This record gives sequence, C-alpha cells and structure tokens, in this order.
Amino acid sequence: MKLNERAINTVVLLGLLALPLYALVVDEPFTITLVTRAVILALAAVGLNIVLGIGGLVSFGHALFFGIGGYAMGILAYHAQTYTTLNLGFFSTGGTKLMPVIWLVAMTVSAIVAYVIGKLTLRTSGVYFIMITLAFAQMFYYFTISWAQYGGEDGLSIYIRNDFPGLNTLVPIQFFAICFVILCSVLFLYARLQASPFGLALNATRQSATRVEAVGLDPMKLKLLAFVISGAVTGLAGALFADLNRFVSPTMFSWQLSGELIVLIIIGGVGRLMGPVIGACVFVALEHFLGGLTSFWHIYLGVILLCIVLFARGGILGLLTGKEGAHV
Amino acid sequence: MSDPILATHGLSKRFGALQATDDVSIDLRAGEIHAIIGPNGAGKSTLIKQICGGLVPDAGTVSLLGRDISGLSTGARAQAGLGRTFQISELAMEDTVLENAVLGALGARASPWSFWTRALGRTDLTERAKSGLDRVGLLDQQDMIVANLSHGQRRQLEVAVSLTLSPKAFIMDEPMAGLGAEGSKTMTSFLDGLREEAPILLVEHDMDAVFALADRISVLVYGRIIATGTADQIRNDAQVREAYLGEEA
Repeated sequence: MKLNERAINTVVLLGLLALPLYALVVDEPFTITLVTRAVILALAAVGLNIVLGIGGLVSFGHALFFGIGGYAMGILAYHAQTYTTLNLGFFSTGGTKLMPVIWLVAMTVSAIVAYVIGKLTLRTSGVYFIMITLAFAQMFYYFTISWAQYGGEDGLSIYIRNDFPGLNTLVPIQFFAICFVILCSVLFLYARLQASPFGLALNATRQSATRVEAVGLDPMKLKLLAFVISGAVTGLAGALFADLNRFVSPTMFSWQLSGELIVLIIIGGVGRLMGPVIGACVFVALEHFLGGLTSFWHIYLGVILLCIVLFARGGILGLLTGKEGAHV
Repeated sequence: MSDPILATHGLSKRFGALQATDDVSIDLRAGEIHAIIGPNGAGKSTLIKQICGGLVPDAGTVSLLGRDISGLSTGARAQAGLGRTFQISELAMEDTVLENAVLGALGARASPWSFWTRALGRTDLTERAKSGLDRVGLLDQQDMIVANLSHGQRRQLEVAVSLTLSPKAFIMDEPMAGLGAEGSKTMTSFLDGLREEAPILLVEHDMDAVFALADRISVLVYGRIIATGTADQIRNDAQVREAYLGEEA
C-alpha cells in the first residue's frame, strides 16, 4: 500500500477538524474535549519531533517543558484569581488570565530553561543524553511536589478557563478552535523549518556531525537552537493542556509523560510532519476506548509499539506511504 | 619561493608511551600535491586530525596562509579554508546527493541561520552545489539517496562537497580507498587537475596514484618525517627503502 503523504496529512487534519464539528451538531461536548486533548498532545509532540525527528536527539525529559508551560499558566492564573501579587524581586505582577500573555510567558520561560539545559546536556549523546534530560525533568517534578505555595503534590486548580479576546473559552468548540489553529500554525512552521537551510543542516547533524563540522558549521549551535525552539513549542502545549483541564500538578513533569511523547512520535512516524499528530490521535483513541474497558490498557499500547518498532520503523505514516522515516 | 599555503611547525602528540606525532613540520605550496605515505600505524590519521582540528597537539602549530589556526575549532578551520575528505565517507546517508552538496554550499556561506527559505529553492546554494557535483560527474545522480550510491560514487561525493567549500587547501584522507582500478584512475586524473585550484595534502595507500600525482612526497614512520622529496628522490632514498617500501621498490 503506497499513499501520498500529503494526501494523508490533509485527510488527518480535516478529520481532526470534522470530528468536533460533528460532535457539536449531535451535542457531544465530551468528544470535543477529547479531540482537543489529542490536538494539545500532538502539539507537544511536534515540539519534541524537532529535536527527536530532525535532530536525532532523544530527549527523555520533554515533560519538563510541558510542565513549565503548565505552571506558567497555573501560577499566572492563580495570582489573578486570588488577587495576590506575584513578586519576582525585580518585577511584580498581579498575574493574568489572558491566554496570549500566558502563552508568551510559557514559551519564553521554556526557551530559557531549554537553553540552559541544552548548554549542559548537548555535549553528551546516546544514553547519557537520555538520562540527563530525564534527570532535569525529575528535578522539576520533585521541586513542584514540595512547592507548597502552589499546591505542592495536590497541584493548582484554576476555576475559570483563561480568556482569549473575542471568544468564550469555556465553550468546548471555541477552545478547540484556539488549539487547532495553534497546531496548524506550528505544523506550518515545522514544515518550513524542515525544508530550510537550518533544517537541512540539523538533519545532517543527526546523520553525521563530523560532516557538518567539516563544512565549517557548528553542530552544537544547531542542536542548541533546535532544543530551544522545541522546548518553547512543548511549553506552549503545556500551557494549553493546563487550560484544558483547568488544573496543573507535578504529574505534568512526570517521566511517563516524557515517554508518552516519544511513543506518540514513534507510532505516527519519526521526523515526519504529521507523525506526532497521528500518534496523538491513536494514543488518545486507545486511552479512551481501551481505557474504558480495562485499566491495563497500556498493555495494548505496548503491543502496538512493539509491532511498529519491529515491523514498521517508519510508524503508521511509514506503513501507509511505503517510505521509512528518519533513523534516530 | 612563495610562502606555503598550509604549514605545520613542530607538531607533536603523545599517547601514553606512544609518540604518535614527533616534531612534524611539513608544508603545502600553491599548485602542488604533497603526498604523505607511511606504513600502517605511522600516525598519518593522527597528523591529519591535528591539522584539521579534533585532536589538540601537545606542541607545535598549524598555519594556513600565514595565519596560525591552531586555536580554532574544526568548524572554524573549515571556514578558514581547509577542505577535508574522509577515509570512511562521512555523508548524510538518508539525504539526496544534492542535499549533501547543498550542505557544503551552506558551509561556504557560513550561514545555516535561515529558517524561512527553502534550502533547495535557494539558487545561490543549489548552483554552487550543482557545479561541485558536475565536476565530479555526479550531476545525473543528484536526486539519489546517498545510501543507494556505490562506494565509488560516495567517494566522488566527498570530493564534490569539499569543492563546494572552495577551500584554500584540500586535505584528502585516502580518496582512492576501495575504488578499484578504474575508479582509481578516474580519481587520479581528476585530482591531477584539481591541484591548480588549490593544493592537496594527500594521504594515500595507493602507491601508483601517489607516484603518478605527487609533486612531493613525505614519508612518515613512527610519527616522524624521515624524508621529503620528489617521487624519484623518495624511490631512491635508502632510508625510505629500508623503513617502508621494502621489497616493493
């Protein structure tokens, strides 16, 4: 079976748009929320795909940025809803409920953290890189557990979803629309990035850093920038995820989530534009349908993952298009 | 005599008890091919790594066009004008031939920090890449995935990528390795013409190629240069015959 990848991508995106619209017509708001969840997880995984798929860096700590995005939203909204001041020493604010501001903060903080961690970890490779990224995410996980000011282990509840000018974000379809537009924009940016000179050089770095050095480019700088962009995108997804649940807790930093993001990409197709999106749809569908039947649904996810790793290295997209994807 | 393009001054490198590079001073002049030969383990690869970066010498310096480049990173040395090809092909195997050459062109422009343009839509990059491919005869294969190329074609691509850099000096580590008689001949005649563009420091095991091409030959044994001279001088050098060429000569 060989299908055109572009056609598959279009069908998947249209399906992702049509399902919530259908749910709206038949009045099934829960389905809209479910698809929104898939869209947000997809966004987080698209972020990871920049470093994992193009750059070949297996970050096992991307939940870190997801969590930072979540807490950026949580902390800003918490201060806004309790009318307290957030004092950072050099700067104090009463928090905000405005989504665009929250997104900007989530992305900026994620990018800064990604820069620092990238500087420290990108010298390593292989299993060491995996372990160090995991270690950083775990540090944040345990830090937030003991961060009593913001709920510690219990997390923070945000009673009312944050605002977006002109929209009522509490209406599921409207919040879905926000997330869907963001996902499409980021996918567009990803496609441009992948085809750009930067993408070409980053892709070559994954395959032969020696070659990239020999033509006079610095693989470290390429990887670092990719890590920063990647962290910012996943951070944005984290802020949206927290807004979807109106709740943020240390589990957003958990290593299980880091693992799930990798799994999503592998299921869909590593390094492919829509790989993370397809993976996220499959993941959320399994979680919903199988999760309703048995609480051990991860076993089935494991079986699927095993089959893909053994028999379909290019993921679902690789299977459909007959082309293997990038090798990490 | 004009100043050398590339020169090393007293390079030394020791690994534990092994003196891998011992006070090596060689130079590469405009328009010449300078071959470095020596038995296995003589320290040829170690020497190349010190010249191109990646291995810091214990003592000594490397200069390119009179400028000391010893303190520069591998990437910065490439920017400064060292065009290197590898003994074992270092290419982006999943990418097309053209993409690999465009990577070289990107290196020549020193700017991968472009996120919005399409790399393959940039004529400044593709023209440069294609002219490199054309010169080694790979233009017709430009859309092939490198992993599907023959061994010989990959060697040609290595050279093409370094051509896109328009280097001041080529450092070639066994470009003939595994080429076979016919391929070796083609590569020999190609390198023959290339020396006019930029001089070549050539490490090679194929003695036919070395004696056919090299203006000068340096013989490296146990990390030390024991002789430098023309092909005839080297052939007739008693020390060289004893240490290296043995009954071959």
